Amino acid sequence: MAGDEFDVAVVGGGLVGVATAWGLAREGCKVVVLDEGDRAVRASRGNFALVWVQSKGLGLAPYAGWTIRSSNAWRGFSDLLKQETGLDVSFQRPGGFHLCLSEKELETRANNLRRLHNQPGIVDYKTEILDHDQVRKMLPDIGPEGVGGSFCPLDGHVNSLRLFRTLHAALNERGVTYLPSHRVETITREAGEFRLATPHGEIRASKVALAAGNANMRLAPMVGLEAPMKPERGQIVVTERLRPFLNHPVVTLRQTDEGTVMIGDSKEESIDPSGLTIGVSATEAERAVRQFPLLANVNVVRTWSAIRVMTQDGFPIYDESQTHPGAFTVCCHSGVTLAANHALTIAPMIARGALDASLVAPFSARRFHVQEAG
Amino acid sequence: MFKRLADSGPAIAITVDGKKVTARAGDTVAAALLAAGIDHCRTTPVTGAPRAPYCLMGVCFDCLVTVDGVGSRQGCLIPVHDGMKVETQLGRREAGR
Repeated sequence: MAGDEFDVAVVGGGLVGVATAWGLAREGCKVVVLDEGDRAVRASRGNFALVWVQSKGLGLAPYAGWTIRSSNAWRGFSDLLKQETGLDVSFQRPGGFHLCLSEKELETRANNLRRLHNQPGIVDYKTEILDHDQVRKMLPDIGPEGVGGSFCPLDGHVNSLRLFRTLHAALNERGVTYLPSHRVETITREAGEFRLATPHGEIRASKVALAAGNANMRLAPMVGLEAPMKPERGQIVVTERLRPFLNHPVVTLRQTDEGTVMIGDSKEESIDPSGLTIGVSATEAERAVRQFPLLANVNVVRTWSAIRVMTQDGFPIYDESQTHPGAFTVCCHSGVTLAANHALTIAPMIARGALDASLVAPFSARRFHVQEAG
Repeated sequence: MFKRLADSGPAIAITVDGKKVTARAGDTVAAALLAAGIDHCRTTPVTGAPRAPYCLMGVCFDCLVTVDGVGSRQGCLIPVHDGMKVETQLGRREAGR
């Protein structure tokens, strides 16, 4: 591909990268996506696929508003993708639950929500605490140990592997150049353009969007930015396909459009994606059965571990470089939930060449340096 | 399609979807279904396509049936017993059974 020049090089072919790249292509940019090979840590293939609002924003109130913006844009986003590709990513927003298995858990949950909602500038997203009987009206199969939980009407879920495939199909439709096995080794800026060195030659582009997940930590300093990351491992248990019984996703458990039940939400410090801690899967499964006893003799067909993309404080990072104009970071944990924002809000900003501070200033990595923030 | 060997064991009475079927001692559920000429034991969860026992050694999962009220059992790994109730499984399994 040497010799080709692009308007924007998106570094990273995961969900954040392809959503951003598609948004850029919609703005008329000539885009290249530089991805690693199949040996890369593939966070976008292992996620839990929630489009989730409740709990987001404790510690950084604008994150709640940013998440709600994406949740509200998601229906239109999935409709646009369907128009372009004919593929349905099965987005549903029936409202979701965080279930508690003891009075103490429920009290902690209620306190956390109170703290979240008491923050100045928070957008109220109508999360309610419900007792067992109220939950049972919406989740008839909840077990007696499910003492209650919180419900947020904005929560939803999607088929995230199909979303990933759909975005790649949409990129193809729009003539975006996708280059796998193009791990970016170095980025330099010469004569007003970026030069990205890969094992298969140099790629040149006027702008660079870093959407490489945890690898942004390595790449961002090359263009005068920073992305402090703290990856962690999560594990997921998947059951055989079952007839629909769960009409609402739960933060730890959801029934997919195809019938399987995904059970997850563990957190481990290990960043080895090839290992699996059996005890963690067992605990996830045990809690799932206490929540929904009818799962007790259902067959498990898969388990996996995957590495979460996680910034050091858990909130997104969107930045533009002062020293290397035209370089941006698009970095966050919630690549599914925020996909609509990345495609429809962040990408147009990058196409214009400047982030809109009124929307994304709180998410600058400058927050990691108290003295310089402001 | 299938013929029994001459030295098949003594008769075992089971039901398949409520109908009486005579199996033989030592049969697996899958073998009993095939010997009775039942041409499929389930339909797939996604397209509803019919499936019959295939590998007969626990690998392919195409012989899934409901046995004595428990869904998604591998018919090729379960020996028949007198009075066993076998049901063909249509599409996705129902959680809780």
